[in-house]
Amino acid sequence: MSKLVKLKKGFDIKLEGKAEKKTEAFQPAQTFAIKPTDFVGMQRPKVTVKEGDTVKAGTPILFDKKLESVLYAAPVSGEIVEIKRGEKRKLLEIKIMADKEISYEEFDKFSESDLKSLTKEQAIGALLKGGVWPQIIQRPYGIVANPEDDPKAIFISGFDSHPLAPDYGVLLKGQEKYFQAGLNILKKLTSGKVHLNLDQDSEVSPVYAGVQGVEVNKFSGPHPAGNVGVQIHHLDPINKGEIAWTINPYGVVQAGKLFLEGIYDTSKVIAITGSEAIKTVYTKTYQGACVDKLVADNTKSDHFRVVSGNVLTGEKINHDGYLGYYDHQITLLPEGDYYEFMGWAKPTSSKLSFHRALGLLSFLSPNKEYALDTNARGEERAFVQTGVFEQVTPMDIFPVYLLKAIMAEDFDEMEELGIYEIIEEDLALCEFIDVSKHPVQDIVRKGIELIQYS
Amino acid sequence: MKFLRDLLDKQKPLFQKGGKFENLYYLYEAGETFMFSPNHTTGIKGAQVKDAIDLKRMMITVVIALLPCLLFGIYNVGEQHYLAVGEAVGFGEKFLLGLKLVLPIVIVAYAAGGIAEAVFAVIRKHPINEGFLVTGMLIPLVVPASMPLWQVALATVFAVVIAKEVFGGTGMNILNVAMTARAFLYFAYPAQISGDQVWTYLGEKTAVDGFSGATALSVAYNAGQSGEAVTGALASHNSAIGDQLYSFANMFFGFIPGSIGETSALMCLIGALILIATGVGSWKIIVSGFAGTYIMGLIMNAFAANEFMAMPAHYHLVMGGVAFGIVFMATDPVSAAQTERGKWLYGLLIGFLTVIIRVTNPAYPEGIMLAVLLMNVFAPLIDYYVVKANKKRRLQRATV
Repeated sequence: MSKLVKLKKGFDIKLEGKAEKKTEAFQPAQTFAIKPTDFVGMQRPKVTVKEGDTVKAGTPILFDKKLESVLYAAPVSGEIVEIKRGEKRKLLEIKIMADKEISYEEFDKFSESDLKSLTKEQAIGALLKGGVWPQIIQRPYGIVANPEDDPKAIFISGFDSHPLAPDYGVLLKGQEKYFQAGLNILKKLTSGKVHLNLDQDSEVSPVYAGVQGVEVNKFSGPHPAGNVGVQIHHLDPINKGEIAWTINPYGVVQAGKLFLEGIYDTSKVIAITGSEAIKTVYTKTYQGACVDKLVADNTKSDHFRVVSGNVLTGEKINHDGYLGYYDHQITLLPEGDYYEFMGWAKPTSSKLSFHRALGLLSFLSPNKEYALDTNARGEERAFVQTGVFEQVTPMDIFPVYLLKAIMAEDFDEMEELGIYEIIEEDLALCEFIDVSKHPVQDIVRKGIELIQYS
Repeated sequence: MKFLRDLLDKQKPLFQKGGKFENLYYLYEAGETFMFSPNHTTGIKGAQVKDAIDLKRMMITVVIALLPCLLFGIYNVGEQHYLAVGEAVGFGEKFLLGLKLVLPIVIVAYAAGGIAEAVFAVIRKHPINEGFLVTGMLIPLVVPASMPLWQVALATVFAVVIAKEVFGGTGMNILNVAMTARAFLYFAYPAQISGDQVWTYLGEKTAVDGFSGATALSVAYNAGQSGEAVTGALASHNSAIGDQLYSFANMFFGFIPGSIGETSALMCLIGALILIATGVGSWKIIVSGFAGTYIMGLIMNAFAANEFMAMPAHYHLVMGGVAFGIVFMATDPVSAAQTERGKWLYGLLIGFLTVIIRVTNPAYPEGIMLAVLLMNVFAPLIDYYVVKANKKRRLQRATV
């Protein structure tokens, strides 16, 4: 049964620099990289290519020794120019200098009617071989799914409610056919349902308009309504011992394309957002693109930060860094490394706050868009305030108790308080509004790892 | 402000690791972050922007909410003094006298507690906690103006060390720090904080004939004992220095003897409005606290065995420290119940207990202090059951 879920709790961080709904071409990126650090929980990455090798789009270049069947493929064709390692030889980036014309590995091609008769094993095999598998994420833990599991259901959040998030209607324009094909394949992977969750508060994107054969649910409310974790909590929550899978609509399209066209196509539209960007538009590129060409001559000052992803869950990258595997936007923000005289007491209407404590005036203009910088706005302190985390967490969960259980490494408490239901992004708003400035998302991941490896 | 910033930057290396005053780093940090919000930026992963609030701002909001009580308290100390000695003077003189008495108490509380806080920060190597901004203001407001300063200092140090620091500092304490200070004074130096003689400052002067310094609560208690109607006894009390000194209106506005900051229910309500509007204080605790007091007052009325029990329930709301205690003490986020459902029960029980202690306990005329401290101890138990219900829901959901 399709559901309509209205969420009241949450908070929309309204920022300056939303991308206009138009696609503009920038100078194409020359190098692309796959970053093993993008794959949470990847333990022993192993590179299968050497510097100097040439690869095609779809050539496997990496796998995790803990989950050998999952192959991570080159996003574009070209030459491996650098395998960058960090401390303790930790694998950081595998860089590819792209060819002018992308050439593709050829995989088996299916017609739409072939898809119907495909077995689960065939589908999984093709997804693994074709490099699309890492798009499928397992809950609990938020790690790349294990193909041997049978998930109780697959959840797709059809919209992104993060600050400045791109519109999937623009990202996936014209991909309706592949999206439907991707859904048909996903249906084979689970004995349960495939849920597609859409935004009740906005128009249905054309890409979702004609979908068939899946459960379509609607969600309404402020962020994090678009978080798949929140949606799972309200549709079919995860209990201990259960496994569900999630996949981004982009991944669904990629899967569809793999089956219908026989290629691993990583072309994607991404949004350039943020108050520091001059041109906030959508542009076409490939997975793992170097962002230098998108950033160069496109910022209002020299002192800025490039974030791959959004401001709540994203990652700071260098000005010539690489787009994260799962990201569809970059956000350019002013760097906030300045001192502010009496900054804790000064009344201000230019800084956004969920709170209304003395002098925080942003609640007076709820629709204003803010240009926030990366200043941490205070120092880390003990948990003092109560009851606010709950206001931005539309789940039946006590975030502070859960975080304290993690800090105390109390496994039973963590399980009982709902660690299986969340990943970092679900409590990202708590991190944003926290008076005591705790690294909430780090704590969440630490808790997940404790549970996962115990 | 560049001059100040340069000065701080120049001194900074001395306090950092390897510097001469490395051990005093957190003193430096306290000063620096007080003057300048730090230049820390957000981390590589996770939230890249942060909400404009920090703990300092939250705490200063409580201090602002306390200002009406403080200012009125200062005035009322003078007002009560001149009433008692039978002199008519202007507003300014009353205020000045109050200031002369109250300001030293505030300074001593901040200084003594600040030193205790700083010593612990240095020894235990943790930042100085902003919570003290509030505690240092609360303590002066819950003692009479005649309190000896050394006792204020001792109580403050006791509260900071025993009620807070030994538990690990701000955020870890079980009892409300300011209430602990008051309880310490209450049991260690009862002569200076109870009875009829301490609430009105007389100084060198003598009170007019027939003056009694009894608080409204002790008048009510005595009336209860002697079988006189409480409202009548309150109304006719201290007619030597003014008609209707303890009328309901006077008690509401706060023109009565009592601890410096807690006589005026009106000022507490203004503070409550600030706390609720800014979201810093829990409206659930405030509302349920007042409701609990009133409901238990009504229950007492229903079973009235003596005149004190028969006192109209709404009198409880304006007498003694109830309003102050509920608005500023019960809402302390650390020692109160932390779950939203728990807060309702927590406030309600504080109200209940306050009235029960007042009416049935022969030794203590005031109940809010013990009620808050007692419920501080029970708050974790309340939360325990609320959280347990959540765990149970999660467990029941599992079909396997």
